[in-house]
Amino acid sequence: MHLELRPVPDYKWQYLSPLLATMLTLLSGWLLFAWLTDAPGHALYVFFIAGISDAFGLSEWLLKATPMLLCAYGLAICYRASLWNIGAEGQLLMGALVGSAVALEFLDSESSLAIPSVILAGMTGGALWALLAGLLKFRFNTSEILTTIMLNYIAMNLLQWAVYGPLKDPGGFNFPESALFSEATLLPVLWPDTRLHVGFLFTCVVMPLTWLLLAKSFVGFQIQVAGQDPKAAVMAGYPVKRLGYVVLLISGALAGLAGAVEVIGPLGQLVPTVSPGYGYSAIIIALLGRLHPVGITLAGLLVSLLFMGAELSQIEMGLSSAIASLFQGLLLFFFLACDVLIRYRIRFSPGTVTPQPNH
Amino acid sequence: MTTRLALKNITKAYPGCVANDDISFSLNRGEIHALLGENGAGKSTLMNIIYGVVQPDAGELFINDVKVTINSPADARSYGIGMVFQHFTLFDSMTVAENIALALAQKPAEVSSAIEALRTTYELYVEPEKLVGTLSMGEKQRVEIIRCLLQDIQILILDEPTSVLTPQEAEQLFALLNTLSAKGCAVIFISHKLSEVARICHSATILRRGKVSGKITPGQTSLSTLTKLMMGDQSSVTKTECRAASQSFLTVEGLSTRAYPGDDTALKNLCFDVKQGEILGIAGVAGNGQEALLSALSGEINQYQRPAGDIRFNGQSVIAASPVERRSSGMGYVPAERLGRGAVANMSLVSNALLTCYGQGLLRYGFINIQAVQQLTRSIIAKFGVRTPGIEANANQLSGGNLQKFILGRELQQQPRLLIAAHPTWGVDISAQQHIYRDLLTLRDSGCAILIISEDTDELFTLCDRIGALCHGELSPLMAANQVSLDQLGQWMLGEFAHAS
Repeated sequence: MHLELRPVPDYKWQYLSPLLATMLTLLSGWLLFAWLTDAPGHALYVFFIAGISDAFGLSEWLLKATPMLLCAYGLAICYRASLWNIGAEGQLLMGALVGSAVALEFLDSESSLAIPSVILAGMTGGALWALLAGLLKFRFNTSEILTTIMLNYIAMNLLQWAVYGPLKDPGGFNFPESALFSEATLLPVLWPDTRLHVGFLFTCVVMPLTWLLLAKSFVGFQIQVAGQDPKAAVMAGYPVKRLGYVVLLISGALAGLAGAVEVIGPLGQLVPTVSPGYGYSAIIIALLGRLHPVGITLAGLLVSLLFMGAELSQIEMGLSSAIASLFQGLLLFFFLACDVLIRYRIRFSPGTVTPQPNH
Repeated sequence: MTTRLALKNITKAYPGCVANDDISFSLNRGEIHALLGENGAGKSTLMNIIYGVVQPDAGELFINDVKVTINSPADARSYGIGMVFQHFTLFDSMTVAENIALALAQKPAEVSSAIEALRTTYELYVEPEKLVGTLSMGEKQRVEIIRCLLQDIQILILDEPTSVLTPQEAEQLFALLNTLSAKGCAVIFISHKLSEVARICHSATILRRGKVSGKITPGQTSLSTLTKLMMGDQSSVTKTECRAASQSFLTVEGLSTRAYPGDDTALKNLCFDVKQGEILGIAGVAGNGQEALLSALSGEINQYQRPAGDIRFNGQSVIAASPVERRSSGMGYVPAERLGRGAVANMSLVSNALLTCYGQGLLRYGFINIQAVQQLTRSIIAKFGVRTPGIEANANQLSGGNLQKFILGRELQQQPRLLIAAHPTWGVDISAQQHIYRDLLTLRDSGCAILIISEDTDELFTLCDRIGALCHGELSPLMAANQVSLDQLGQWMLGEFAHAS
């Protein structure tokens, strides 16, 4: 058995590969559960189905997906430009931090400007955090992969400093939390008797906008040319650096939006554990979704299901919560492995030499 | 005479095309045999079969009248077959002797003495201790040939060996091939340049669409017959007299740059102009400032540095203008690299048309009018005879010649008043080359100013009204093409123009 280069890439595998990867992940999950528990079938049911079998579960599912999707759409735009922004986590945290700082200004206010101000502040915080990476890249030629990761840790520490310091609730018995935000700053609930808030609507707006930008607009086209072939972009006279800044700002603003929406949505205050790694999961989601808004939406729902399943199987079956990360890892691993099939096919016959293209 | 190599009824098919269809030819001891044909005629496949890179579907190979099966390049070398590829396979950071020792699995010291030995037998020499990175293209090619000779070869295959050489270096190569031939080594010489073939080859096999379309004796067959055998019935381009040439469109005054990223030479005080309705050709071996000149003219250089001096389009200074602004004031640009600059490899022809044609009413409120772009793509394909599976085909699915026709077509579609073209027919087959020549001459006659930067002196003499050369970042005098001899141009390419004109 060996791999053989296809004469032309088989693009049907672009769609089949994520499906196959999902199936292989489920199969490995079954084997894993068979080893850990007596009833692997039941465990898989608890993990993947029980959580979303009622209306409340469904609402929690969408709620969970919201911040990850917002980050992932932005990352997809970055990755189309070949800017490897790993910093959605830090940008999300800065969005949460700056958004909270503004939200605390509205503690005794009923102003209708409260929510827009917080959201704008969050987006600005995230965008500026991404801009830092952009400046480092375009001014000093540093790798954005490294700087965005490092900026994640700085953002985390800034957040810690803030909740232990200036933003700590004076009447909070010294817990590292901000005060609870006022009613005027909290996002209205979208679906009565659940926690699903209007923040979810942002994903419904951002998804088609992302699609419009990437598939229909000239700026989106320029971004993708700059990503695939910077020399061609320079030849055609596209402003490659400026496009890079734009892309980072969009991506940072979306991650910042996700952070702001989390603190004035389900959390209602700033806590050190704003994000259980949403920004990192968004990277997997963006790649699983083939950097396409629709694919990302599906991938985002899948990954948030993994988060929920892990929580539920921890409660119901006493399994470790690390299982969510394990499943994410499996999924990414199989996905990358299956992608080989786009350009190669498996042959079971003895090997022949791959033909050289004739010119 | 003994037959060194004989091929009988070689056939090799790939999905969708028969690359070699029933090909037979033989090669005698000491014979220099040319293999001619357009790109895609099957030359590379045939050479890959002889060199053991691919196996034929049918047919037989004989070496010294013994039937053989060649399963790998190592096999081929053990049968005495050596190949010099178009792109050299040498490490720049190692010395000549180290490079050769690596291939032969010997010690560099042994190789050095072997190189000395070749010096007397073949008058072929490169200092063994020199770093390959410091050698000229001609010297690198000699290293490749020495490497073959040290393996005691009887058959040497050269793939477009002169495409990287100055005329003088090419002369040295021809002399070497004659020596090799006199000593009994057979040579297969692949080339697009018919004049060279006529000069040094004893016989030639011409391939067309995978089949042998003719076998000739080069000295005795006219160039037009040769061309016909290669391309079918198509007339070749002859230049008409340049008509207009009154008012300058492009004026360059005292242009100096620092070295351009990518190890190129700095420009030193260049002054020239290109008139409307004329083609100016600038010859020169790559790495003598061509990249810097092209990027200074196209405006790409402004990303890195601001050149000194002035560039004017029709009297207006554009030295500070961006590539977009220069395009909108009438510049078209065909860069040297087709994939990875002229076109985005993994994007469709539609996207690649949009790449530079965005100013042609293809956008509405910042959104792409996809119907208009598709329409434009179709018209470029039809007008410029681009052979492609469809408008959605990716740029890297097209052959070099067809992609070049597309890129040139895309620029001409914008009705430029100045066209800058770098190596417009590099690695392109004859029919595409003729097509491109005709398009360029038509464009000239319509009053466009054209600047061609090329290493191919035949091309420059075919197309250009005035000609000069770039060496070490300095420009030779520019003279009417019909008053410059090839020899003179060769001198200029080597930088000997201080005393000229």
